[in-house]
Amino acid sequence: METILQISNLTKKYGNLTAVKNLSFTIKKGNVYGILGPNGSGKSTTLGITLNVVNKTSGDFKWFDGTISTHEALKKVGAIIERPNFYPYMSAYKNLQLVCKIKGIDYSKIDEKLEVVGLTERKHSKFSTYSLGMKQRLAIASALLNDPEILILDEPTNGLDPQGIHQIRAIIQQIASQGTTILLASHLLDEVEKVCTHVVVLRKGEKLYSGRVDEMISSEGFFELKCEDEARLLQFLEQHPAIEKTIEKDGLITAFLNAPLSASEFNKQLVESGIYISHLVMRKESLEEQFLQLTDNN
Amino acid sequence: MFRLLNIELIKLLNNRASVILIIVYFALLSLISLIAVINFNIGPIDFHLAEQGIFNFPYIWHFNTFVAGLLKFFLLIVIVSMVANEYSNKTIKQNLIDGLSKKEWILSKVYTVLVFALISTLFVFIISLVLGLVFSSYTEPNIIFSDLEYLIAFFVKLFGFFCLGLFSGMLIKRSAFALGAVLVYFFFEIISYGILMAYYKGDDIIDRVYQFLPFKSLWNLIDEPFSRLGAAKAFASQVGEDLSYDYAVHWYEIAIVLGWSAIFIYFSYKLLLKRDL
Repeated sequence: METILQISNLTKKYGNLTAVKNLSFTIKKGNVYGILGPNGSGKSTTLGITLNVVNKTSGDFKWFDGTISTHEALKKVGAIIERPNFYPYMSAYKNLQLVCKIKGIDYSKIDEKLEVVGLTERKHSKFSTYSLGMKQRLAIASALLNDPEILILDEPTNGLDPQGIHQIRAIIQQIASQGTTILLASHLLDEVEKVCTHVVVLRKGEKLYSGRVDEMISSEGFFELKCEDEARLLQFLEQHPAIEKTIEKDGLITAFLNAPLSASEFNKQLVESGIYISHLVMRKESLEEQFLQLTDNN
Repeated sequence: MFRLLNIELIKLLNNRASVILIIVYFALLSLISLIAVINFNIGPIDFHLAEQGIFNFPYIWHFNTFVAGLLKFFLLIVIVSMVANEYSNKTIKQNLIDGLSKKEWILSKVYTVLVFALISTLFVFIISLVLGLVFSSYTEPNIIFSDLEYLIAFFVKLFGFFCLGLFSGMLIKRSAFALGAVLVYFFFEIISYGILMAYYKGDDIIDRVYQFLPFKSLWNLIDEPFSRLGAAKAFASQVGEDLSYDYAVHWYEIAIVLGWSAIFIYFSYKLLLKRDL
């Protein structure tokens, strides 16, 4: 698969503070990547470095196998970082014209992309009159202008109201479904879980995990159980070969699996042992639980 | 180059404040011609400024470039804000993300400044030519087109001054403070010059040092033209003062200002390279 961006041993220091520590990962074409991390974990700094606005301290990054200079590469990239930055005194249309000039493309795409983000009717209004949600949508339109090889989004739903968040997510999902490579930095886990295929987890500038989302949620899951005769159930669970451990809390027994076992098969085994339960739910750990485990344990 | 200029023009011409300032600037430049109608009529003395020889070729080149040079502060506002606003709107960040290199970004500003200086020079040339043709006592082509080095000096003066504005905007990042800094430095240079001149009376050491400072070097490019007027000369000879003075534009004066321009552009670029946006 074609490599779009390769980051190797990247480090950024602000005085004594190390914002990014020896970070390496690779972005391949066609995947949707999420960079996860709490606030201040170095997500924006990493993106800033690859986007030519923050200077690296050491390490290296290469766009498109290093065949072209960074600013030429950026013409094939669409990126929005934190807040949408446009000229407040110019209309949406004029602002996009300027982006076209910088990227060296003609104006024909402007109307099409404004349509995608639903700003056609307001395209001649000044940017300063836009709501935050509209500004963010305009930023996405601007990032899409050149039909980019990769779309980089840094906290795209930050500060938006629920409708705004929903609109932006719908747009991102739509773009992802068309096969565009996306790199999405966020601290909102459900956001990443919903759209991303791959994930890089950062904490204090260090990489904790990088790989497929479904591999990160690798455990076999767990059962939540309730039973009148708790003692017998617990005894059964203890002897069961597929159960790793059990936790009892507020009358709810959680049994963690270490081997695949379906809920119906498990229920059958219980009945055969003469145990009748009143509550059985099989769940997998969410990305959020995995993420919290990863970031807390270190 | 034209792509970069085009980018900068979209930014500038859609900004109403900038457009108004540019229009005011050129309107003021044209107002130089209004000097022609200055006409005192006090009893027996009929004083018509246009007839005192200020519009005579080639003196008009000297006089008009000097007066027009005083108006450059108007464009300074435009230039400082066109740089500083990119910081306050964070659009400089977006420009770089969109694929402009840092070098291209600085170049787009330098080209714009160059165009401002060029258009101003052309404008002053045309106005002076028209005024001269109307009022000058001499209209032979070889006289009309002599002393044109004042226009070159004018161009260099504006360019150097605008580069200073550019650098100030880059360094300070806030329009008002950047403008203030230029003005504070301007007064610092003038006042310190005045004090030191009074202290070292009769010694030209201060002039020799100050000719290398930004504002004094800009000032030196075009010497004040008033003492060159026929009326002033006549008055001076009556009181026994000799006003013979070197009015010419010297190559080293141009070189110093171009040197400053290069320094300002280079350090603007270095600042941009070094900064995390």
